[in-house]
Amino acid sequence: MSLTLAEVAAWVIVVALNAYVLFGGADFGGGVWDLLASGPRRHRQQELVANAIGPIWEANHVWLIVVVVMLFVCFPPAFAAFGTVLHIPLSLMLIGIVLRGSAFVFRSYSYGPRTEQRRWGQIFAVSSLITPAVLGMCVGAVVSGNVGRAMSALTDGTSPSFSAIYVRPWLSPFAIAVGGMSVALLSFLAATYLTIEAEGESDLQDDFRNRALGAAVAAMALAIVALALGAGSGGVMTRLIQPGWATLVLAGSGIAALTSAAALLQRRFQLARLAAAGWVTLVLWGWILAQFPLIVPPNLTIDAAAAPNRTLQETMAVLVGGAIVLIPSLGYLLRVFKARSSTADTNPAKFSGES
Amino acid sequence: MPDLLAARSQMAMSLGFHIIFAVVGIGLPALMVIAEWRWIRTGEAVYLELAKRWSKGAAILFAVGAVSGTVLSFELGLLWPNFMRFAGPIIGMPFSLEGFAFFTEAIFLGLYLYGWDRVSRGAHLFAGIVVALSGVLSGIFVVIANAWMNTPAGFRLVDGNVVDVRPFAAMANAAAFSQTLHMTLAAYAATGLTVAGIHAFSILRGNRSPFQRLALGVALSVGAPAAILQPLSGDLSARMVAENQPVKLAALESHFETQRGAPLHIGGWPDVDARETRWAIKIPRGLSLLAFHDPNAEVKGLEAFPPDEWPNVAIVHIAFQIMVALGTIMALVSVWALWHWWRGKSIDAVADHRQLLRALALAAPMGFVAIEAGWTLTEVGRQPWIVYGVLRTAEAVTPMPGLVVPFVLFTLLYALLGVIVVYLLRQQIVRAPSE
Repeated sequence: MSLTLAEVAAWVIVVALNAYVLFGGADFGGGVWDLLASGPRRHRQQELVANAIGPIWEANHVWLIVVVVMLFVCFPPAFAAFGTVLHIPLSLMLIGIVLRGSAFVFRSYSYGPRTEQRRWGQIFAVSSLITPAVLGMCVGAVVSGNVGRAMSALTDGTSPSFSAIYVRPWLSPFAIAVGGMSVALLSFLAATYLTIEAEGESDLQDDFRNRALGAAVAAMALAIVALALGAGSGGVMTRLIQPGWATLVLAGSGIAALTSAAALLQRRFQLARLAAAGWVTLVLWGWILAQFPLIVPPNLTIDAAAAPNRTLQETMAVLVGGAIVLIPSLGYLLRVFKARSSTADTNPAKFSGES
Repeated sequence: MPDLLAARSQMAMSLGFHIIFAVVGIGLPALMVIAEWRWIRTGEAVYLELAKRWSKGAAILFAVGAVSGTVLSFELGLLWPNFMRFAGPIIGMPFSLEGFAFFTEAIFLGLYLYGWDRVSRGAHLFAGIVVALSGVLSGIFVVIANAWMNTPAGFRLVDGNVVDVRPFAAMANAAAFSQTLHMTLAAYAATGLTVAGIHAFSILRGNRSPFQRLALGVALSVGAPAAILQPLSGDLSARMVAENQPVKLAALESHFETQRGAPLHIGGWPDVDARETRWAIKIPRGLSLLAFHDPNAEVKGLEAFPPDEWPNVAIVHIAFQIMVALGTIMALVSVWALWHWWRGKSIDAVADHRQLLRALALAAPMGFVAIEAGWTLTEVGRQPWIVYGVLRTAEAVTPMPGLVVPFVLFTLLYALLGVIVVYLLRQQIVRAPSE
């Protein structure tokens, strides 16, 4: 299979999206567990989430910027289609992103009374739930072909209604199921990561183990619902159940899902983390392979949407240069904070030598 | 509210909000790195305290800057999909580069804020330096993209289609150098003088601790030189505009009639219907001299252009007057402060001079007001074009109706965030030691 330059650019975007889901997505999942913190170790759970996210969420968030920028540089008509049809959910997602990020730092740096910090915590947690749900609904709208069809309806002169273009494409049962699955999957991912962050506190570790297992069941159920709602449509989703690469990857994601659940049951947390990341990654790639070579189903292909070759070439060159700086830096960041981070307190409001 | 106006208002509000945080993200890391470097060199604990204080402010402001910047990158598509369809392949390069610079900044900011006890002193200072440098680079790349909207380059139009796209040539557009220089200096001047003004105010109120004095010194060492250099960079910008965007020059000077030896208007109100400027101080030949460095040069007036290509003259002219006036005051106060500092050979010469401290405290907000005014004039001055001379703003806007709703929503959200940030920063400042 020989790839065009545009397809290479598209794969790079998928890799960046994958990184965003594995890192940034887990930060949102962490927020969900802050929201759902309960039981005798409620506060310890929230502290663990805060310490795990604190130093890295901003770097993790930038993967989303990379995806967006690459998309508008390399595939401007696709970006224009998403921005137009998905205006409402993307705006909601942005509000979620703004509130999540700011409420998180406001909580970390507030010297106000406890109630004030609790309010920031609630905003942080609720927006952590809304943001991935809406993002998942946007993905569902794209996969189902609704975005592409709405874009055609806008230009073919049939004067469609407001809701046909700007609401119904993302408010379908299928898109809602994908949104729910995203929340469950990212919560599962976060809980699995947190079992490792909780190393040395076995009660706390078990809290997150149980949460991870619950979220895994929910994610599997919602994945089946989404598949059932989408597969009959004859579009992209149908290709997930026909013989082909996408189906193979989907089967792989099922195996990874069962592996991670089994590893959690046996308290083999390192393996569970690996399998969890594998599960999420394979779900993403299953979608992409089913959709390939379309960028905005049902009609717009990667090649047709691509920017001129010179733009693609120079963007790829910059990307390679950037990766040479970024990957070691990111590795350093994760090594400093993620190698045995559970015992040390990384709350910035508690600097040593504070007056 | 018409949709186009709502979209423009939302973009203007989002940019006007974000720019404050972007500017602090450029300036504040410089302050904290200098303070930390002084601590390592002198061993004085006060400098460490300063670096830590400023880094907490930076953490709050950087987070709000990061999320509001994300909003902007999406709004390009949400509000201006046709602009992005047209411009994405041409001017995406600086946005890609900005993505990397911002990524580097976020990584090393994490290390800086949370790494005090986890990495060596040298590695920690290095992380701070990387944050400071990548912050400047981020700003430069974004401003290059804006410069391209003023002086588009790096492509050809054949029958309305974009051909022969050269992304790096697009970056090297005519406005890129003067605009990025002007913005970078503005960021240092505004942040440095605001922080200096806050500490000058504390000293005036009777807090004469070494913490306040050293903070004043570090802040002035960044803000004052930038404020003094800014008028020179402004001259460069004005000449670039005169050459490449004559209608913008005419609007910002409120200059209606094409003439040789054109006068400079200081202040005044443009009466667009009568095509004259009322109540302005007129300096003979001043405009020709400033814009072209030749007292007899011909300066095109607004009348040389069709009225449907005029920007809103009143807004552009007033914003320009505000920017220049505040920039001039900041430069003068900076000269005054540096003069005393140099003569007294100690920051105490500044910290003991009550008149000077008052002037510094008064100048504290000026940099940010000047920045907002400067952005207003450069953006409104480009209208009705989104890409000067190529694509009209009205052609770029999304077809979605009801845009007043997101405009109101995001305005409320940002108003709320603004109030909270001010409240939290006040907590930080009030908690400063020795009070």
